[in-house]
Amino acid sequence: MPQVMDADRMSRALTRIAHEILERNGTERGTSDLALVGIRTRGVPLARRIARALREINRDEVPTGALDITLYRDDLMRHAVGPQPVVRRTEIPFSIDDRRILLVDDVLYTGRTIRSALDALIDFGRPRSIQLIVLIDRGHRELPIKADYVGKNLPTSMKQSVRVRLQEIDGEDEVLLDEAAEGA
Amino acid sequence: MLRSRHLLGIADLTSEEIELILDTAGAMTEIAARPIKKVPTLRGRTVVNLFFEPSTRTRTSFEVAEKRLSADTLSVAIAQSSVTKGETLLDTVRNLEAMAPDMIVMRHASSGAPHLLARLCRSAIINAGDGMHEHPTQALLDAFTIREHKGRLDGLKISIVGDLLHSRVLRSNVQLLNAMGADVWACGPPTLMPADLARFGVTATHSIDAAVDGADVIMMLRIQHERMHGHFIPSTREYFTLFGLTPERAARAKPDVIIMHPGPMNRGVEIDSDVADGPFSVILEQVANGVAVRMAVLYLLAGHEGEPD
Repeated sequence: MPQVMDADRMSRALTRIAHEILERNGTERGTSDLALVGIRTRGVPLARRIARALREINRDEVPTGALDITLYRDDLMRHAVGPQPVVRRTEIPFSIDDRRILLVDDVLYTGRTIRSALDALIDFGRPRSIQLIVLIDRGHRELPIKADYVGKNLPTSMKQSVRVRLQEIDGEDEVLLDEAAEGA
Repeated sequence: MLRSRHLLGIADLTSEEIELILDTAGAMTEIAARPIKKVPTLRGRTVVNLFFEPSTRTRTSFEVAEKRLSADTLSVAIAQSSVTKGETLLDTVRNLEAMAPDMIVMRHASSGAPHLLARLCRSAIINAGDGMHEHPTQALLDAFTIREHKGRLDGLKISIVGDLLHSRVLRSNVQLLNAMGADVWACGPPTLMPADLARFGVTATHSIDAAVDGADVIMMLRIQHERMHGHFIPSTREYFTLFGLTPERAARAKPDVIIMHPGPMNRGVEIDSDVADGPFSVILEQVANGVAVRMAVLYLLAGHEGEPD
């Protein structure tokens, strides 16, 4: 199971993304209307880390929320039989109206999760804009969706599976590329 | 996941399934705080609410839950339906089924009616109260409310006071709370207490003072006037004197006690207004939580779609 990103490179990728965010958003309006929203599960700690990086660079406090997209999935009722995915709490403790939202996920693949997340976000209000941050872009998009900030572009085959492991959840920071994806 | 595609009673659920429903309900509560209180999850699904007994809270709660999940809902008012023309339960339901609903939420005065339908119908059946038997979503929302306040169910002294004989809320609650490790007490007059109560792992008493003493949770049950034709109690005034929850009695419980009532309340019969509207009362929270719990049940049961019976 080859490692394609270690803890050090992950940390540098997130710091670079934080700099890019400031470069793109910091000049005109400042960062006061920015907010990070992580997609559960692993987008949430990534969003918190980017918030920390922004604080270290600029002393800016960017509010951070957590979004669970389960109830918006397009494949929910399409399985013949199967357990319903577990629904977890969405916590967005600020109004998203007129804010510039930075949506964070670990892996960008088909784009369907992001489609669900966009639908979910719009139910919370009308943001000024939504930008997408992903740690890994592995290609194979099925929807017209593109990331604005990418930690690493990783060419993959559809048989492979990408596993992002994070300190907060898995005890270690790394990205692995599995050859035989289960159920693929 | 839930093993059955129906929710007929707490008796059929494992403690893991109860936990799953409560956790899922926890995630659903946030939807009520959004500007747009709706998610697309059950889009295109049809749910029939079939209430053969009057209900305000449970029926509207199910309807709100269904609408928040984007299901199409229809509620059949039995007073204006063919049941009054002599149609049998099974015929009524089979005719409704011809319109291909996905789920039927049913309340019926006869114990076991939803179980009969679950065997004979295509739709998933959710029991919204059957006779004196079970009211599973009420017990689930009660447990959810307790867990929100106490963080747990196990080890809590939970006293259920009132008409135990006719109460499906009691039967569902006792099974659920026992499964989750609570210390369950039941209190009521001898005429309104089933003889075999201790068999269900409940401490039975006729003394409300003993029941509420040191209690973490007090759950008051309604005196069901519509079922009081058998002279079970001499008068509602005497009942209040002996079994009504007054501020003085409530003071014997733990300082952080919560006081619950499934509704509708008879103020001055089983509960004093000062208690019902007082700082320890979570009665209106129960109603709000009912929507989240029913959303959780609808969502989890929908996962069985397309499954053979």
